[in-house]
Amino acid sequence: MQMLLALIIGLVLFFIMGLASRAVMRTLAPSHLMPTFRDMPLTASFGIAVILIYLVVSLLAPVLAPFGESEVVGGQYLPWASPYHLGTDKLGRDMLTRLVYGARNTVGIAFATTALAFGVGTILGIWAALVGGWLDQTLSRMVDALMSIPALIFSLLLLTIFGTSVLSLILVIAAVDATRVYRLARSVAQGIVVMDYIEAARLRGEGMWRLIWREILPNAMAPLVAEFGLRFCFVFLAISALSFLGLGIKPPTADWGSMVRENATLITFGDVTPLLPAGAIALLTVAVNFVVDWQLHRASGLKE
Amino acid sequence: MDKQSLLSIRGLRIEGRSGDAWHEIVKGVDLSLNKGEVLGLIGESGAGKSTIGLAAMGFARDGCRISGGSINFDGIDLRAVPEAERRALRGKRIAYVAQSAAASFNPAHKLIDQYCEGPVVHGVMPREKAEADAVELYRRMRLPNSEEIGFRYPHQVSGGQLQRAMTAMAMSCRPDLIIFDEPTTALDVTTQIEVLAAIRDIVRQFGTAAIYITHDLAVVAQMADRIKVLLRGDEVEEADTRSMLAAPREEYTRSLWAVRSFARAEQPPATGTPVVSVRGVTAGYGAVDVLKDVSFDVHARRTVAVVGESGSGKSTTARVITGLLVPWKGEVLFNGKALPPSFKARSRAELRQCQMIYQMADTALNPKLRLRELIGRPAEMYLGLKGKALDARIRDLLALIELEPDKYIDRLPEELSGGQKQRIGIARALAAEPQLIICDEVTSALDQIVQEGILKLLDRLQSELNLAYMFITHDLATVKAIADEVVVMQQGVVVERGPKTELFGRPHESYTDLLLSSVPEMDPDWLTRLLASRGEHA
Repeated sequence: MQMLLALIIGLVLFFIMGLASRAVMRTLAPSHLMPTFRDMPLTASFGIAVILIYLVVSLLAPVLAPFGESEVVGGQYLPWASPYHLGTDKLGRDMLTRLVYGARNTVGIAFATTALAFGVGTILGIWAALVGGWLDQTLSRMVDALMSIPALIFSLLLLTIFGTSVLSLILVIAAVDATRVYRLARSVAQGIVVMDYIEAARLRGEGMWRLIWREILPNAMAPLVAEFGLRFCFVFLAISALSFLGLGIKPPTADWGSMVRENATLITFGDVTPLLPAGAIALLTVAVNFVVDWQLHRASGLKE
Repeated sequence: MDKQSLLSIRGLRIEGRSGDAWHEIVKGVDLSLNKGEVLGLIGESGAGKSTIGLAAMGFARDGCRISGGSINFDGIDLRAVPEAERRALRGKRIAYVAQSAAASFNPAHKLIDQYCEGPVVHGVMPREKAEADAVELYRRMRLPNSEEIGFRYPHQVSGGQLQRAMTAMAMSCRPDLIIFDEPTTALDVTTQIEVLAAIRDIVRQFGTAAIYITHDLAVVAQMADRIKVLLRGDEVEEADTRSMLAAPREEYTRSLWAVRSFARAEQPPATGTPVVSVRGVTAGYGAVDVLKDVSFDVHARRTVAVVGESGSGKSTTARVITGLLVPWKGEVLFNGKALPPSFKARSRAELRQCQMIYQMADTALNPKLRLRELIGRPAEMYLGLKGKALDARIRDLLALIELEPDKYIDRLPEELSGGQKQRIGIARALAAEPQLIICDEVTSALDQIVQEGILKLLDRLQSELNLAYMFITHDLATVKAIADEVVVMQQGVVVERGPKTELFGRPHESYTDLLLSSVPEMDPDWLTRLLASRGEHA
């Protein structure tokens, strides 16, 4: 019964958020972008609304959170009651506060990592496809070599060498992910560089950067955007796996992945608290993929 | 001949879907066909020719629906009977030959297996008999090695042979009606003749009725007993082939006829230093030499047409001039000065002087850039225009190619028609203010009225802007219309070159002769005469 109720409430929330955010965007959108937002599906507007909420929460974390990030406020595993609306964790820190700060850390790191991986992977991949020859061979074989090492072991290795600061975490995961993006970008670009308009641009004497940025990238966007949605979700997994091994985000910094692990014992007692950070990750990935699907639909020319 | 009616279509309406709305693409067309008769359907692209052809089988493509009218095939109402009954007719009593045989054959099966499928499935004859029949029909279609050609895969035979094999396949159940949808459009003129002759013979031998769809008037004149002209889903007029050729009634039909009559004014022989001079170029890919000692000149304000079949090295010559292919021997002079062989070594000023217009405007324009950037980029790059000056230049160029600047400047290529895209290709070349423009089969993907518009535009621009054109084409009608000088190529060698009037006027090299005589003429007896003169057919 409770499950059914939760499901109904969830669906109602989904529709309300979707409709409301679409209405807002339609009012606020500048007129030349109007067609884009007019035909936006409900899922996409819901996704955008969720992402915006996450952004606001992570930016305003110190204001929104009732307590300090690593402040011990009471006993262990307190139940859901005021002033600890979502209870406390195994060290007696406020769960709601940790969730709010976790948004900042986890989402921030995941986004920075994915963006970096895509920036590097895409540009190198297109460059290799464009130049071809020895450059393509060198880069591709290096990437092959990197990809042949299991990702987790490789990141463990790099993190032990470079230490476990947040910056090195971002760089290491980005480096590992960039190899996958490189592969994709290269194969997509290889289909594009043989087109007449690329030949025309080369004959015009265009520089490498312009060829990559204006001539090839816009045409390679569809598969890359789809891959972005997928990779973004995998980065959460990678971070929590590394945190579990003690090489990810260091305590007492709040991180959703580690929060699930730390409080996992509560599940045995029928308490859903440890599932809240997992739910937060799930909601965000669903939201991101809704938006990505919408963009993909538009980019692939399957208009309206 | 039996004058019994076979197919009768009354008030046919077909709708196509775009987005959520349905709009009519065929607007109430009547069509009737007697047994053994050949009807030509002709019109520009978008006229609804193919849609009507498919409707004659009671079929509508995905995204289309037949919304009104009746289709009566030999007493059967194709719209009323269930789908199973229509399917029993298709292939057995009504057959279809598609434009691209290469795309329509299944590449994974041998020709003869695909031939036998129809007769066996429809229960017309058993497999062994069908195989023997296939060989017989291949022989009648004058395919070489008719005994064994059926055991090859589609990629192992040439395009013209494939088109004939497909016609043989359509004949396999001895249908009452065959629909030919532009069967020779993708072929060279010399191959086209063989296919046309074979199709015409076999249709006559078996007394099969046919609907022949094409945009090429000269072709339809050889094939059809009657011609129906279509425009945007409506009938313009219908008449006997001979009377329509002699005296078209409607203005639109006359304009179709007039296309072939465009010819530019005779130019005096050029003097002075040629803009581009190709000197003894030998080039190729890998170990294969595609060009052997090719030389010719292009002068300012003159058009040099480079003519030949596919594979004769026309486009490779263009690649050498633009610097995409470094020749093994020989050089390219620009205004008397040698150009660096690779485009990478050329300066911007040198690159600017030589621009290219491609055959397929679809692949030659970046689909994600707006016209403003497509046209504006060369002007920005070579002439350093910015801001207001650039905007004004883009608008000038759009006006020059006869597109309304305010309406088009922010469009994407996909929002243009085929002819408009090709105009953008021209504008992009002009934006660099070059001396030479290489036109690589620029009109061959367009239908005739649009072609004429493009040719007239190029001609006007040439005299206004002092351009030199190198015009690569396999279409001799285009050559007759626009060229001053002609270079005929065969297998990488320049067979003959000279001023147009001289080349077309005097007896020439046998290959040039073959090419010239293969161009269909607007005379219903042309094919018969030609075949008789070549002694290929009694």
